[in-house]
Amino acid sequence: MDNEKKYFFDEPKNVKRILYLLYGCCVLLFALDFVIHRHVEHRLENLWGFYPAYGFIGCVVLVLIAKWMRTFLMRPENYYDEVKTGSNNTITNSGDHDVDA
Amino acid sequence: MWMLEIPPFLPFFIGALIAAFTRGTVRNVVMLAVPILSALHLWTVPDGIHLQYAFLDYQLAPYRVDKLSLMFGYVFHIAAFIAIVYSLHVRDTLQQVAAMMYAGSGLGAVFAGDLLTLFVFWELLAFTSVFLIWARRTQRSYDAGMRYLIIQVLSGVILLIGALFYAAENGTMAFDYIGLEGIAGWLIFIAFGIKCAFPMAHNWLTDAYPEATVTGTVFLSAFTTKVAVYALARAYPGTELLVYIGAAMTCFPIFFAVIENDLRRVLAYSLINQVGFMVVGIGIGTALAINGAVSHAFNDVIFKGLLFMSMGAVLHMTGRINGSDLGGLYKTMPKTTALCIVGAASISAFPLFSGFVSKSMVMSAALHNGYDWIWLMLLFASAGVFHHAGIKIPYFAFFAHDSGIRASDPPNNMLLAMLFAAVLCIAIGVYPSALYSLLPYDTGYNPYDATHVLAQTQLLFFSALAFVWLNLKGLYPPELHSTNLDSEWIYRRAVPAVLQNTFSVIWKIDSAIRHAFLARLNRYLTFLARHYDGPSRLLSRNFPAGSMVMWVAVILATYLLLSFIP
Repeated sequence: MDNEKKYFFDEPKNVKRILYLLYGCCVLLFALDFVIHRHVEHRLENLWGFYPAYGFIGCVVLVLIAKWMRTFLMRPENYYDEVKTGSNNTITNSGDHDVDA
Repeated sequence: MWMLEIPPFLPFFIGALIAAFTRGTVRNVVMLAVPILSALHLWTVPDGIHLQYAFLDYQLAPYRVDKLSLMFGYVFHIAAFIAIVYSLHVRDTLQQVAAMMYAGSGLGAVFAGDLLTLFVFWELLAFTSVFLIWARRTQRSYDAGMRYLIIQVLSGVILLIGALFYAAENGTMAFDYIGLEGIAGWLIFIAFGIKCAFPMAHNWLTDAYPEATVTGTVFLSAFTTKVAVYALARAYPGTELLVYIGAAMTCFPIFFAVIENDLRRVLAYSLINQVGFMVVGIGIGTALAINGAVSHAFNDVIFKGLLFMSMGAVLHMTGRINGSDLGGLYKTMPKTTALCIVGAASISAFPLFSGFVSKSMVMSAALHNGYDWIWLMLLFASAGVFHHAGIKIPYFAFFAHDSGIRASDPPNNMLLAMLFAAVLCIAIGVYPSALYSLLPYDTGYNPYDATHVLAQTQLLFFSALAFVWLNLKGLYPPELHSTNLDSEWIYRRAVPAVLQNTFSVIWKIDSAIRHAFLARLNRYLTFLARHYDGPSRLLSRNFPAGSMVMWVAVILATYLLLSFIP
C-alpha cells in the first residue's frame, strides 16, 4: 500500500479544505437570515437562526440519544442465531428423552 | 380500441412466463421490453373503469384507472425498468421470474377497483417477493423470508376478513373511501398498516430487506410499501390518526438507523422514515397534503432505489455491507460514490433534488393545518434523514477510514441503472412541473421560494456541521458488529422463550406420567404372568404339540360342517 497512488482525501490538507468550505457555507447561510426577507408562517420561524439551531441541536440530540440507546439495545451480532440453535437443541434433547422413556 | 382492455399486470405475468423458458439475450430483451411497452400503453389509457365483472352479487372491477392509480402505475413501471436493468447480469431464473411476477402484482394492486382483486394481488405481492429473499440461498435469508411471508400473509388474511365485513355492511366490494367506521374499516386499516410498516409492525421490513439478494432488495424497496401507501391514500385520506402514526414513523427509525451497522438495514429504517412522511400527508388529507404524499412516494421509489442500488453495488463488489468493514471505497469506485451521493442528496431533500419538491408539500400542509408539533417532528426527522441516509451511508461506505478494500466499480448494467435513477432524481428536482402535472390535484404549489430554499439549506448544512463536530469531538458512535433489539424481539425471542419454557415443563410432566404408567403396567403384567403363564394356561407362551393337533382337527371339522350347508 505504501507505493499506492495518493488519493484526494489521503492528503489531510484536502480534508481541511472541505471542512473550511462547509464552515464558510454555514456562516454565509446564517448571515443570509438577516439579508433575505422571509415570509414566515410559524412564530418560531421569526427567530433568527431558528433553522440552523434546530438542525444542529436536533442532530446532536439524535446522535446522543441513539448512543445511549446502545447501552440497553445492543446485543452480539449472532444474538438471534444463538436462540435458534439453542432452542433446537433443547427440543431435540427433550424429544430424545421422551422417545427413550 | 382493444388495447384498452389490457391491464398492466398482464404483460408482466406474460413476461415472467417467457423469462422462465428463455435464457441469455432473448430473456434480457423480453424483460426490458415489457416495462417499456407496458408504460407506453399505459400512457394512452384514459381514466375510467376498463374491466368489470359480476361475481355473485358484487361488481368486480379488476382494472380501474384514475389519477391516483396512474401516478403509482407510472412509477412502478419506472422502478421495474430500472431494477431490471440493474439485474441484467443475474443468471438466476428464480429471481428473474419472481421479480417480474412481483412487479406485475404491484401494478395489479394499484389498478384494482374492488377489494377482492386487491386482496388477490396483496397476497401475490407476498408470495412472489419472498423468493427474492430466499434467492440468497442462506439459512439466514430462509428464516427471514419465512418470517416476512408469515407477516405478509397475515396482513392479507386480515384484509380478506375486513373486505367480507365491508361487503356485508355496505353491500358493495368497491375499493374507494372506507374510513375508520365499523369493524371492517378497522380491520382493513390494520391490514394496510402492517404492509405500510406502522410502528411495532415494521420489523418485517428491516428484518427481510437486508437479507434479500443484491438485486432483490432493489425490487422489494419499490413495491410493497408503496402499494400500502396507495391503499391508504385511496381508503383513508384525512384520517387524523394517520398524522400521529406517520409522525412516529418519521422519528423513531432514525435512532435505530444511527446505530445500525448493516448499511442496507440503515436504508430499510430510512425507508420507514420516508413512508412516515407520506402517511402524515394522507392523514392531513388536504389537496396539498395528498399531492405531497403521492409525489413523495413517486420520488422515494426512485431515490431509495438508487441508494439500495449503490449499496447493492458495494455488497456485490466487496461481499461486505457492514459499515465497520467498509470505508475508503471512493478511491476505486468513484462512479458508484458519485451516484450514491446524488441519491443521498435527494433523500435529504436538498434543493434541486427530487426529495425537496415533494417533502416540502407535506411539511407546508402540516403547518397550514395547524399541526405545529407534528411540523416540528417532521423537521427533526428531515434533519435526521440527512444525518443517517444523507451522510452516514456515503461516509461509512466510501470515505471514513480506509478499509484497504480496492473493489472496482460494478458492471456497466448496474451503473447504467443507477445513472438513470440519478438523472431522474435531478430532473424532477430541477423541473418539478412535469411531476406536478401528473398529480391528482392542481394546487399551484411552488417549492422554490427564497424563504423555503434558505430554510431547508440552513437545516441541512447545520446538520452536516453537527456531524462534523460530533466526529471531531469523538462523540459519534462508532460502527460496531452488533444486533440492535427492536420490537421483533417479541416474536423472535420473547415468545419462543416463553413457549420453550412452557413446553419443557409440559414435557417433564408428560414424561413423569408416562413413567408412572409404564411402571404400573409392568407390575400388572408380572402379576398376570405369575398366575397364568404356566404350560397350557390362558397366557402361556409354550403349548404342547398335542393341543396344536387338536386345534387343527377342530378347524378341519368346521370346514366339514360348512361344506354341508347348501
